Amino acid sequence: MRQLLEGMSAKVSRLLMLLIMLFVGVATYQPLHASTDYEDVIEAEESLVDTALPADQTEEFSNALAQLASASFSKKEDLTSELVAKRFPGSRGVLVALLENQLYADKSSGKVLILSEQDGEKTYHDAISGELIADGGSDKKRITTNNSLRKKLRGDIAIFDLHSEDRNVRLGAVQQLRDVVDQSVATMLMKQQSIEKDDDVIEEIRVTLAIFDLGSEDSEARLAAVEALDGELGNDVFNQISALLHSEEDKEVIKAAQATIKRIEGKRDFYSLLETAFFGLSFGSVLVLAAIGLAITFGVMGVINMAHGELIMLGAYTTFVMQQLLPDHIGLSIILSIPAAFLVSGLVGIGIERGVVRFLYGRPLETLLATFGVSLILQQLVRTIFSPLNRSVQTPEMMSGLLRFNEVFAVTYNRLYILIFTFIVFAGLWLILNKTSLGLKVRAVSQNRQMARAMGVRTARVDALTFGLGSGVAGIAGVALSQLTNVGPNLGQAYIIDSFMVVVFGGVGNLWGTLVGGMTLGVATKFLEPHVGAVVAKIIMLVFIILFIQRRKQGLFPQKGRAASGA
Amino acid sequence: MSIRSRVARFAAACIAAGSITGMTAAHAADTIKVGVLHSLSGTMAISETTLKDTVLMMIEEQNKKGGLLGKKLEAVVVDPASNWPLFAEKARELLSVHDVDVVFGCWTSVSRKSVLPVFEELNGLLFYPVQYEGEESSRNVFYTGAAPNQQAIPAVDYLMNEVGVKRWVLAGTDYVYPRTTNKILEAYLKSKGVKDADIMINYTPFGHSDWQGIVSDIKKFGSAGKKTAVVSTINGDANVPFYKELGNQKISAEDIPVVAFSVGEEELSGIDTAPLVGHLAAWNYFQSVDVPVNSEFIESWKTFIKNPDRVTNDPMEATVIGFNLWAQAVEKTKTTDVDAVIDALPGLETPNMTGGTAKMLPNHHLTKPVLIGEIRDDGQVDVVWQTESEVPGDAWTDFLPESAVLEADWVDLKCGNYNTKTKKCSGQNY
Repeated sequence: MRQLLEGMSAKVSRLLMLLIMLFVGVATYQPLHASTDYEDVIEAEESLVDTALPADQTEEFSNALAQLASASFSKKEDLTSELVAKRFPGSRGVLVALLENQLYADKSSGKVLILSEQDGEKTYHDAISGELIADGGSDKKRITTNNSLRKKLRGDIAIFDLHSEDRNVRLGAVQQLRDVVDQSVATMLMKQQSIEKDDDVIEEIRVTLAIFDLGSEDSEARLAAVEALDGELGNDVFNQISALLHSEEDKEVIKAAQATIKRIEGKRDFYSLLETAFFGLSFGSVLVLAAIGLAITFGVMGVINMAHGELIMLGAYTTFVMQQLLPDHIGLSIILSIPAAFLVSGLVGIGIERGVVRFLYGRPLETLLATFGVSLILQQLVRTIFSPLNRSVQTPEMMSGLLRFNEVFAVTYNRLYILIFTFIVFAGLWLILNKTSLGLKVRAVSQNRQMARAMGVRTARVDALTFGLGSGVAGIAGVALSQLTNVGPNLGQAYIIDSFMVVVFGGVGNLWGTLVGGMTLGVATKFLEPHVGAVVAKIIMLVFIILFIQRRKQGLFPQKGRAASGA
Repeated sequence: MSIRSRVARFAAACIAAGSITGMTAAHAADTIKVGVLHSLSGTMAISETTLKDTVLMMIEEQNKKGGLLGKKLEAVVVDPASNWPLFAEKARELLSVHDVDVVFGCWTSVSRKSVLPVFEELNGLLFYPVQYEGEESSRNVFYTGAAPNQQAIPAVDYLMNEVGVKRWVLAGTDYVYPRTTNKILEAYLKSKGVKDADIMINYTPFGHSDWQGIVSDIKKFGSAGKKTAVVSTINGDANVPFYKELGNQKISAEDIPVVAFSVGEEELSGIDTAPLVGHLAAWNYFQSVDVPVNSEFIESWKTFIKNPDRVTNDPMEATVIGFNLWAQAVEKTKTTDVDAVIDALPGLETPNMTGGTAKMLPNHHLTKPVLIGEIRDDGQVDVVWQTESEVPGDAWTDFLPESAVLEADWVDLKCGNYNTKTKKCSGQNY
């Protein structure tokens, strides 16, 4: 018996390793388009600061900077325009520092300083001379920015970046300039277009110039611009062409513009359908993930475990603790959290089963009350240890941002990963239940306890392990949820109802039911939401499930056999 | 579910009852009793525990100065456990069992509405320290948080005039405060000539966590070529996934700024602020305001709570102002008698924590400065705009026809909802 169990746990751990490896593989995949990193550019720019300036220019530059410290936001915008127009060698460095909140004014000397941080050590350089300023306790005030100033700064910096060596920086610069394109920018872009080598940048410039040409006086040029924009899907293109339709008089341009608008609209409708479907699948995947542990404890074992939500919460807190332990490796800490959360929640689950649930088999009402008590205890425990405040779990770089398919359709990485993760967890669980001897015993015990015992299965031990497995999976769900929602003592409560809903809807005791049920509910909710609002959508789903359960008491996938008839 | 909530209530009541008996047993009668009615467990514990500590800090400081009227102050802390009906029970207990002289408490509007009849029936005195939707003025309540004209309306003005916003998303959690605030804002926007097509209103349930569809709708709504902003009355926990989703879908504050009325320093301290940088918050106080009185306040809070990382926030300031005004009224009238204190309060002034003065008005609201700030990556907020002077709180908004005719004045009119057209007090006290 012991050997059997050991063999089994070896299989489980091998499966787990496989799971982790798969996740690592997914997690280390890097998105193609990295965003422009201004920090690097500051360093590149610092060498420029050293070049000597003619005296009168230096004075002009320092005058503008001195005013920057105390100016209002609108005055700051004028000053930054001056910095761009005059093109002082240090202009760009100052603009970047201002954008990055790293520009300071020394209160006593009136000098403007640029902060650079390396390995947690702060150093200040004079923005004009570039010399190192000793950080001797002098009183420095950060020069603040607001949204519109920051937006303008990005455009300003893009003008400098247009001539960068790095094609990614140039590409980013052209994209940035699209919002602010005027005659002078257009001239600059045309110049760049003639010397540009990179195809992507040329394409980006072509579109930007075409958008600019939509406002041209010449109807020929406008027509050419509309035709040049054929095939684009972006919002700015759409808006500009719709705006053109309002003012346009030339028949041919109107015809071309209408055709383009119609085509874009058709494509947009299609992609928005696709988008909603993805949202639905992703919401469904969260439901499945939260419910799948319950599908084992409630579905297979028949235990109404009200503390299921708290086991999810423990998984989320495990992620938080792992991040505290590995503050410099956010991505790694998330990956390590998966086995850690499985262990923590699994052990607590086994504890609950051995300490409470096993005395109450066959008495569902008492189990419900007892596990509810456990859930309150766990919540309060977490409140005492971690405070009632929500804890902040960081999202690793690789999980934030968008995977862009085209200009109107993009999916967020964190949702995509969680969707994939859900399928991996599901597959893992299915394998455990169907291909391992633990799974065999679990099914045997759940179908006929006496007979299983007669065949030599240690039912008590199987019960504990099954409960631990379900609980551990809940912990894994917590790791995923920590990336989406608050990590706080109430995390579990938010998901317990949904979890029961999914399991009951999908059919008690059936993993496939949970998967299909969760996904169905997710997709249906998301398709309803835009029409009736989130509140009503939730109500409709609940009513639907109530009616559905009236008609089909066993859920989507009724369990067949002895257990189903209550033996 | 009903079993669950009943059990929750029972358990919470047990815990709360235990804590009270422990707290009050040993004290002599010769103290002034200050009731504290803030949730110490449940959903709202996150926000309300801080306010309980603030009141305790104020009591400690007052006692160091020798108390009031020669008596020491004594706190009576109860835990209504984020359970609205329990708020009413606990309020009754404070007033009739513990016989407290004043109560500081409540956070959500629904909890305030729940205790209101109790305070009026037993003639208690409540200081309510949180920004709320207005449309109320009770003789027994002093509202030290902002009314809509001290937070929501100026924030919209700022966006309209300074940022040039033309399209509006009003997003809120589905309950009384966002519903009423959005009703007022919608009326206000329309009075400013904003068309129906340029206003999108969206409500979500408490603790909503799947924002993909809604954020994507906002993105589509905001990409019609006009400057768009989101006015958020989304409550508490739901904010984190909301801002995360905004960040993930690459909606930056520079494109579509979100101005929030319930996100402050305390809420920011528990979350990853990266996706929030540049989004706006409208309050009457920010920890970052650099004036001596504020530095002192922050210092004494950090010392009291024994944690240098704790932050201060707007409802804390409102609690402090309320406490100081009450202490002042007690000293002025030389009694803690509720009626005398209520009559003495209007007209009293005390410094606020941003370098100005808070004055209690006859409608039981305060004068407050309005600050708009942009969230920084360290969880603090940079002030980008503020009103030139304090704005007097208006209990009944001027932008809803049914409220525009109402006026609250407890000094001359002795009425919380005097109808200036019919020249009648409706008789209802709130």
